[in-house]
Amino acid sequence: MVPLAGSVVQSVDWLAIAPPTVAAVAALVVLVADLFLPERKKPLLGGIAIGGIVLAGLSLLPLLDGDRSTFCLTSGTRACSYTADHFTLVVQFLVLGGALLTALLSVSDLVDFELPSGEYWFLLLSSVAGAALLPASRDLATLVVALEVASLPAFALVGLRRDDSRSSEAALKFFLSSVTATAVMLLGVSFVYASTGTLHLTQVADALTHVDPRLDTLASAGVALTLVGFAFKTAAVPFHFWVPDTYVGAPLPIAAYLSVVGKAVGFTGLILVTVVAFPSYADVWGPVLAVLAALTMTVGNVGALRQRPDRTRSAVRLLAWSSVGQAGYLLVPIAAAAYTDDPGRAIGSTVAYALMYAAVNLGAFAVAALVARTNPAHRVTDYRGLYARSPLAALALGFFLLCLAGLPPGVIGLFAKVTVFSAAVDAGLGWLAVVMAVNVVIALYYYLQWTALLFRAPDGEAERADGERPARIPAPLATATALAALVGIALSGAPQLVLRFASEALL
Amino acid sequence: MQILLAATVVVPLLGALAALLPAPPGLKGRNPDQAVLRHGVTVTGAVLALSVALAAGFDHDHPARMQATTDISWIPALGIRIHLGVDGVSLPLLVLTALLTFLSALYSYFKMPAGPSPKAFVALILVLEAGTLASFAVLDLMLFFLAFEMVLIPMYFLIARWGGEGRERAAWRFILYTLLGSVVMLLGLLLIGIKGGTFDMVALATDNGSGLSHTTQIVAVLAIGIGLAVKAPMWPFHSWLPDAHTAAPTVGSVLLAGVLLKMGTYGFVRIVLPIAPGGAHTFAPYLAAFAVVGILYGSLACLALARRGAKGDLKRLIAYSSVGHMGFVLLGIATLTPTGVNGALFANIAHGLITGLLFFLVGAIKDRHGTSDLDALSGATGAALYGRAPRLGGLLAFGAVASLGLPGLAGFWGEMLAMLGSFHPADGLSRPAYLVYMALAGFGTLLTAAYMLVVVRRVCMGGDGDGRPGGAPALTDVQTYEFAAWTPLVALTVLAGLWPAALLGLTDPAVQQLLRGGN
Repeated sequence: MVPLAGSVVQSVDWLAIAPPTVAAVAALVVLVADLFLPERKKPLLGGIAIGGIVLAGLSLLPLLDGDRSTFCLTSGTRACSYTADHFTLVVQFLVLGGALLTALLSVSDLVDFELPSGEYWFLLLSSVAGAALLPASRDLATLVVALEVASLPAFALVGLRRDDSRSSEAALKFFLSSVTATAVMLLGVSFVYASTGTLHLTQVADALTHVDPRLDTLASAGVALTLVGFAFKTAAVPFHFWVPDTYVGAPLPIAAYLSVVGKAVGFTGLILVTVVAFPSYADVWGPVLAVLAALTMTVGNVGALRQRPDRTRSAVRLLAWSSVGQAGYLLVPIAAAAYTDDPGRAIGSTVAYALMYAAVNLGAFAVAALVARTNPAHRVTDYRGLYARSPLAALALGFFLLCLAGLPPGVIGLFAKVTVFSAAVDAGLGWLAVVMAVNVVIALYYYLQWTALLFRAPDGEAERADGERPARIPAPLATATALAALVGIALSGAPQLVLRFASEALL
Repeated sequence: MQILLAATVVVPLLGALAALLPAPPGLKGRNPDQAVLRHGVTVTGAVLALSVALAAGFDHDHPARMQATTDISWIPALGIRIHLGVDGVSLPLLVLTALLTFLSALYSYFKMPAGPSPKAFVALILVLEAGTLASFAVLDLMLFFLAFEMVLIPMYFLIARWGGEGRERAAWRFILYTLLGSVVMLLGLLLIGIKGGTFDMVALATDNGSGLSHTTQIVAVLAIGIGLAVKAPMWPFHSWLPDAHTAAPTVGSVLLAGVLLKMGTYGFVRIVLPIAPGGAHTFAPYLAAFAVVGILYGSLACLALARRGAKGDLKRLIAYSSVGHMGFVLLGIATLTPTGVNGALFANIAHGLITGLLFFLVGAIKDRHGTSDLDALSGATGAALYGRAPRLGGLLAFGAVASLGLPGLAGFWGEMLAMLGSFHPADGLSRPAYLVYMALAGFGTLLTAAYMLVVVRRVCMGGDGDGRPGGAPALTDVQTYEFAAWTPLVALTVLAGLWPAALLGLTDPAVQQLLRGGN
């Protein structure tokens, strides 16, 4: 018996799985510490959580020297369930960086809205652990588990503002639609398993090239249904209905988290299943994703364009719709990957774009959180004359919005869009490039309108507030804004830092 | 040399940053406002000195060669390089930009437009200068686009914050129009970059379109052409211009007309003609037609504005006259001949000098009267500037006759050469069509003369017949700082008119080379 056991027992590469593990351990530490800390020492939990995220981020450093795999089969093909390659590290960096900024945003919100901090930090860290696990997953079961670990705490986070009925409604909406999508995806996964007999992505890819002709329909249906779950997370049309209401109802940092980390999770999953597992079915998912991309960006941008600036919460709504539009751009290179011989380069464009988008969008949310401290109505018109009130915040928000729009001085936004364009053109998707161009123009309009508003002369109502002392900006919020702005500026000066992913094979 | 060119682009940017910081001890001046305005004059002066040094160091025997080149890799992933250089086409525009910005900064030092703090004003002017200089100095399509866009934001704020009546609407319209145009242009540039395999303008010009299929060229020229035509502006994409000019502060108008519009026509010469000659050939007759319509439309609009009782605004009138003048530039380019393109480049510079001067003068008149409405100015008999402020009146008359193309002044040669080029357009273009264009453009010069003379009669003349203004009080005549800001423009207008060879000698070899395909 002993030799047999020896061949089944796997050795675990703890270093490779450190990033998600550290986040998960930090979550448990917070949960336990919450029980023992007296009420006035609760802010300490935030420190533990932020420390945990930073530590998880630092644990990426030793992995830089080469690819590592663990949880491998000990016999046969030796396929692995967990791989820390270049792609994994970049996405984990994105997830942890996004989580760090979210955590910094959360610190003051927790105090202001009296959210239960122990639960909050535990849920956030759990979700981060799932999101960090997902890019490393190389089998369908781990992917589904990671996706759920990332999503389930998010439902609770959205509904954490117990006194606010909108928050509960948002959580319910988010939960119901997400669960439906997961169920559909599980059905798809089971179809794929039924027709291939394996869950490991590389083996699925092999098996799909010679599927029993009688199972062909089953396999195609499985491929299409599996995409649904991830399309939901990325908020691709027609799975975007939950986005505006959920963002408006959720605490602002959670909306920011969903718009960046939630999306990153969806994209990573999509990339893994399409490019790694289903390359032989590119003729199925390629056109589907291309159409989804076109629809998503159009619906998102038109939705953002239709927001009335004087409505309450229009600022968050606008950010929500614009994030749907941005998701469309992120889908373009994945669709293009179906048409090129070098899909690794195409998805590199998505990763590069996602990195830019993460920094800039979180920055925009950070300034929104800042403004919400004095104007809790979240109206776009509240931003009128922001430059006169707090010039640095206005300049930062202007920069973030121009990055999202893709205009100088937001150089990185422009070039990230250029790589997406060229991915589409290289793949022969000229029509998609044209649709994207039209969308960039639509988006320019509302981003610019908001930016221009920042620098307008303040109207009478705002001037009245001049006598009051300007509210002190909490240090974590300022740090988050400054961090996002620094990343944006550094990338604008040296776009090669992220754009190199678009010129090398990532997967 | 290459340091000089790089410095001309970088110094204004650094200056803009420095303008936002508090003044160091010793440079505090009388008050912070004065210190920052002085800072603006110093930096733009330094840039002007740099550009003059660049012109002096320029090898005038080989103006067709790219000189003072810098070529550094910036974003290898996209093949984008920081490639700078000047030749005979871009050098005059660089110097013109540096000169006009310096004069604007000097003028603002003494006459700051009403609005918020001068700090932001100076910083914006410097960013504007950096963007314009960069767009004339870069030799990479993506950098050109960046520079092209970089000027929009400062110009938007100059109009929206320091402008006159209706400024927010005008500024919004300006930025929306030009942005939409330049997004389309970006698509064209990307198409060329992806199909041609490089974004380098020199390499693409040397290929002379050989690497691009005819369809690609047509689509690219259409896309790029629209972006440049909005900026130039070409009729029918001009409608943002009169509003922007009317609302902009004086120096904003000067820079907009004198420098920004040139970026559009420069793009045609630098990008469209050499890189996609096939596409340019296909669209040249249409471009020429639109150009001629622009000439006639601009002149007729001016005539209508100059009429008594039309409530014409002088700034708006000069803006429409710009549409007409830029029509000549576009017509010259559309002939695809060395004569025509040289004429276009000459007219570019001449328009920058003359219209810059005219906007300064109209701004000064507006400051003195509080209005630039022609009817309110001239009253029943005329504003009688000759009597009330003889020097100002004389300068206005000078600007007007220079603008209408009096031989011996700068305005003459460019328009003459553009029409001459259209008399013998390039092979393959329909000569009869171009002869018609030439005739219509010639008629346009007559109309230009008509409205300019009407303006001179209504603004400079009048009074009670004895040279005394009819009851109107005397006005402050031209002051020393105004002389300082305007004299260089007057002197260069005369110089370019009397010695056109100085400029044509620079542009001609470079133009010949660009039309031949960079070799």
